[in-house]
Amino acid sequence: MENLLVANNVSKSYGEFKALNDVSIEVPKGSVFGLLGPNGAGKTTFIRIINQITMPDSGTVILDGEPLKPAHIRDIGYLPEERGLYKSMKVGEQALYLAQLKGLSKQEAKSRLKYWFDRLEIGDWWDKKIQELSKGMAQKIQFVVTVLHEPKLLIFDEPFSGFDPINANLIKDEILKLRDDGATIIFSTHRMESVEEMCDHIALIHKSNKVLDGKLIDIKRAYQSNTFEVGLITPNKEAVTAELKERFELTPATFKSINDELQYKIKISEGASANDLVSYLTSRGQLNRFVEVIPSANDIFIETVNKN
Amino acid sequence: MNHLSLITKREYLNKVRNKSFIIMTFLTPIIFVGIFTLVAYLSSLNNEDIKVISVLDESGLFANQFQDTDNLTYKYVSGIPVSEAKTASEKASDYGLLYIPKTQNIEDLSNSISFFSEDSPSLNTMDDIEDTIEEKVNSLKLKEFGINAEQIKELRIRVTTNLETYQGQETSKLGSGLKLIFGGMAGYLLFMFIIIYGNMIMRSVIEEKTSRIVEVIISSVKPIKLLLGKIFGTTLAGITQFLMWTVLIGVLMTVVPAILGIDVSATQTPQEEMIQQTTGAGVDSMVQEVFMEINNLPIGNLIIMFILFFIGGYLLYASLYAAIGAAVDSETDTQQFMMPILLPLILAVYVGFFTVIDNPHGTVSQVFSYIPFTSPVVMLMRIPFGVPMWQQILSVVILFATFIGTVWFASKIYRVGILMYGKKASYKEIAKWLKY
Repeated sequence: MENLLVANNVSKSYGEFKALNDVSIEVPKGSVFGLLGPNGAGKTTFIRIINQITMPDSGTVILDGEPLKPAHIRDIGYLPEERGLYKSMKVGEQALYLAQLKGLSKQEAKSRLKYWFDRLEIGDWWDKKIQELSKGMAQKIQFVVTVLHEPKLLIFDEPFSGFDPINANLIKDEILKLRDDGATIIFSTHRMESVEEMCDHIALIHKSNKVLDGKLIDIKRAYQSNTFEVGLITPNKEAVTAELKERFELTPATFKSINDELQYKIKISEGASANDLVSYLTSRGQLNRFVEVIPSANDIFIETVNKN
Repeated sequence: MNHLSLITKREYLNKVRNKSFIIMTFLTPIIFVGIFTLVAYLSSLNNEDIKVISVLDESGLFANQFQDTDNLTYKYVSGIPVSEAKTASEKASDYGLLYIPKTQNIEDLSNSISFFSEDSPSLNTMDDIEDTIEEKVNSLKLKEFGINAEQIKELRIRVTTNLETYQGQETSKLGSGLKLIFGGMAGYLLFMFIIIYGNMIMRSVIEEKTSRIVEVIISSVKPIKLLLGKIFGTTLAGITQFLMWTVLIGVLMTVVPAILGIDVSATQTPQEEMIQQTTGAGVDSMVQEVFMEINNLPIGNLIIMFILFFIGGYLLYASLYAAIGAAVDSETDTQQFMMPILLPLILAVYVGFFTVIDNPHGTVSQVFSYIPFTSPVVMLMRIPFGVPMWQQILSVVILFATFIGTVWFASKIYRVGILMYGKKASYKEIAKWLKY
């Protein structure tokens, strides 16, 4: 797949502190790319470099085949984590101003704003001042302003903070729709469930280094551990447990069930077949549950960060 | 519309629509004129009060010598001892009692006269009295030496030096006074403008930082454009406010005293009095002379240079104020950075009001009118006294070159500073930004 954004060996220091160390990242066109990492890992610095707010000390960034240049500002929409709006300015005026800064004409900005305000059902806020709005309401405006100029690349830093679940969902759907319409999305967050839901690709930055990247599915596959969650109803619990312990790597599992049953996570050896495990278990009792344990993005995140 | 004019427009509209800005625009002239009228009113009250001074003249030399004035009346008493006169004077709530004892000779008289009063008498009154006594004593002394006082008076010749420049332009002491007023006003105006609107720019930078909008903006425009737009917008708002003030004060100053029937001339400044004294002429001819002198001033030169120095000087300081705003997190942190800015500014005003007045073309005045941080104020004060054109141009060029330098420098601090929350930018980092 063609890449929209390629960062080659990007490094950046602030005085003594190395914020990014030789980071290379490829963001495929049309993907939702999750940029993950603990606090202070260097994500924001990387994003600021893409936005040309800061310059890298070394390394290059290529956007759509060209080295990053000032004209690219129009191709990028950025919702920073530290965001805000002019408090004493009216919503409509402010949105028009910010849109014009991104190069839209006033008329164009006005008609697009009307579309978005209707779409998000915030049309009657036009003449309100930001200080009269709640945080979530201001966030919606901020979202509209970010996507209004229809950039090729959208960068969202913690886009869901400040939203209630309903509005978070709304914004999530809008982001996915933007992707379907052809935009590429870089998505930086700590909320792993939204990574799980939305991202096709991820990169994990930890202590200024990229420690993991690739397709989310591939990464999950690599972290796959041949483990299955099992619920088994059997009359002689002790005997079966002892037998299982002998043959497999066994860890207790807890899940909700209405039956009195044995609950375990069973890890089978590399190359062994899940079918064999199923037939073995059915021979010992009634198999009520048999699920492959797929590592969640959260598990991968924690495991990778702790390993490093 | 390009970015710069967009930002300038927003800053301007945002400033002039601000409630406190509007209130200040209208309230300041009202307060100013109000205080002025009050002072005028109080001075006129003060003057209406007629002071009565009792004179006990035992020497008999000063009969009818003390002339009553608008607010001073002399009341002669005689034939009573000092102590009695004192009590009488106090009872009558006189302003004071002047006691002139009988002495052997005139020399003794000169230091044996006393003045008794409830409070310390005003300096003006005492000057009047002493002048009268001195004149009389002098003429008596002259008579003693057999010199006719009238002859002396005739002998005395009043000297007025005709001041003229080499170019044949007539100047006068009145002219110097006017030049001082013109230059001083221009310099002081700039000083006030820098402080008021420089602070406004600084606050506006801090506001963007605390509202966290700056990162959104900075991902769309270059920081230097944001910085310049901010400076231009605020400057335009400042000029608007200044013009409004001038018009409003002008209108109020003519209307209010007329309505209240207060004589504004009661608050004549010492300078004006000085001018009156130096010309020694009546008010009418003085007004004529003032207009003549104003015509003699290099008005065109003054206006053009005023505009140039005003813009240059203001922008120079404005960019520094913006850099400070970017470097700090809140207004309370600005104090430590303010001193280096205010110091040259205050120095300029001091040099202007002391050195330039003393010697407009001396070395100190000249040097300070080239240093860009003081030149706007100092040079503006020097120009009315006639500064060669090449000096003026050189100073303007230095000023604008420095402005470009400070804006460049400020924008580097700015672009690093605005994204630093709660931490200070290291010098190393700033140096790195300076290279980009």
